[in-house]
Amino acid sequence: MAEAGHTRARNVLLLLGFVALLAMASFMTVGARGNWGFVLTLRGGKLAGLVLVGIAVAVSTVLFQTLTENRILTPAVMGFDALYVTLQTLAVFGLGGGAATALDPRLRFFAEAVLLTAAVLALFRWLFDGRRGLHLVVLSGLVFGVLCRGLANLLQRILDPNEFSVLQSMMFTRFNMVDTNLLPVAALIILAACVVAVRLVPVLDVLALGRDAAISLGVDHGRMVKLLIVLVALLVSVSTALVGPVMFFGLLVSNFAYIALGTDRHRYTLPAAALIAIACLAAGQTVLERVLGYDAALSVVIEFGGGIVFILLLLRGARA
Amino acid sequence: MIKVANVSKSYGTTRVLDDVSLSLPKGGLTALIGPNGAGKSTLLSIMARLLSPDAGTVHVDGLDVFATPGAVLARRLAILKQNNQITPRLTVAELVAFGRFPYSRGRLTREDAERVSDAIAYVDLSAVQDRLIDELSGGQRQRAFIAMVLAQDPACLLLDEPLNNLDMKHAAAIMRLLRRAADDLGKTVVVVIHDINFASCHADRIVAMKEGRLILQEAPAAVMRPEVLRAVYDMDIAVHEIAGTRLAAYYR
Repeated sequence: MAEAGHTRARNVLLLLGFVALLAMASFMTVGARGNWGFVLTLRGGKLAGLVLVGIAVAVSTVLFQTLTENRILTPAVMGFDALYVTLQTLAVFGLGGGAATALDPRLRFFAEAVLLTAAVLALFRWLFDGRRGLHLVVLSGLVFGVLCRGLANLLQRILDPNEFSVLQSMMFTRFNMVDTNLLPVAALIILAACVVAVRLVPVLDVLALGRDAAISLGVDHGRMVKLLIVLVALLVSVSTALVGPVMFFGLLVSNFAYIALGTDRHRYTLPAAALIAIACLAAGQTVLERVLGYDAALSVVIEFGGGIVFILLLLRGARA
Repeated sequence: MIKVANVSKSYGTTRVLDDVSLSLPKGGLTALIGPNGAGKSTLLSIMARLLSPDAGTVHVDGLDVFATPGAVLARRLAILKQNNQITPRLTVAELVAFGRFPYSRGRLTREDAERVSDAIAYVDLSAVQDRLIDELSGGQRQRAFIAMVLAQDPACLLLDEPLNNLDMKHAAAIMRLLRRAADDLGKTVVVVIHDINFASCHADRIVAMKEGRLILQEAPAAVMRPEVLRAVYDMDIAVHEIAGTRLAAYYR
């Protein structure tokens, strides 16, 4: 019955899967010289990082947009990853660069993830108490992000240059230098978050009808909101820890997924957004790194494209 | 059936509901009327646990709505708020299928599927069931949402201004539909409504509110009198009886 209309969505998903595979294959092979074993191991690690980041960014963005009933908001626009960077800076500042790097990176990552989750829960409760309009929320998020970055910057200026270089290596957006130490932990967290998200798919579809309708249909809205925020915060922590903050990437992939699919069922939007993210990162990194020979420019390209989409969405939202 | 006891609600220093108590029997169509800001929508939202009151309790079928698990209550009580502004891209059939969520948690059984197509047929949308909601006219969209709550099959149906933005033809059709739901399906229907003539024509009882208080609960014939309407709306309203129904002429 309802399934008949989803042929398009299924085809789009297949196509995206194919494109993502192609992108990954080209990332692994294009321009490879010398010992294949070495090349594949090296690139395999990087690719795993890109795939994980793609999934984390896409899933966290789609979940967040369903939660806030809004297509313009993303965790990054709300300043969540800037908050993460601030927490990292505070850690280096408080502990000293030596101690911060001496700590097991996984332990440090866990501590930061827990802190971020707590901070995001508090922030979210304050922002979404129902009394603030969308534009105020977006603006508050942007300002909050700037504030976090400013605070981080200030602390970085005060830092000892040695400690600063420690910090710098932790937090710049770098798709070409994924932090491979964290890969196993990151994979585990993302897998767990995705399992939870997949189990929640029917509930997510109900949540997309809006708070009132969801409650009327028997969803425990308050509990779901908390659960989803924890998931989002965890995923943001993972992707920020791996490659640093990416402002508009999530916005880009989620909205492409919505446009391409023609349906808003989460069974399709979640995987589609993840596949688009993976394809973008793998293909973009292949083209920039191997074909054009640039370093670290992918984030700039993505932020440029994402920023334009963000402005277009804002303009369209303002007209509607 | 629905028992509201001593419910109060304030926003800041503004008292929106002031010690409201209301008891509605099972079955029938109740119209909730009153001027803007009387607290009608707030009361309806509290009855459906969308808002929590500062004081007071609400029981539906003997269940405390704020203590009962959402999924249990969803089989007894459904609310439809004023036109949802953003609806996800869904077909009519998909939307109505959400009505079965309290039963199937998203995995439709054969029985669920039957209930869904029955509900769609009941509101006369079978012909457009595979169209997207946002391609429908206002009246069709409203009927699709009503089909969703009918598929949910609760004993109580609360609707907040279901006639908003509808033309005369569609508004009358929605009211006839709700009347049938009360008569044929035995639902307890509560409707917040602005046009008192629709209340007069279709409701079994009218509950009037003013400034956060409940001021009367009577049969339509008892409410549709100039002195009563004056007390509710602070306005002189002539009432004429036409073909056995009392109609208010409030347009001048």
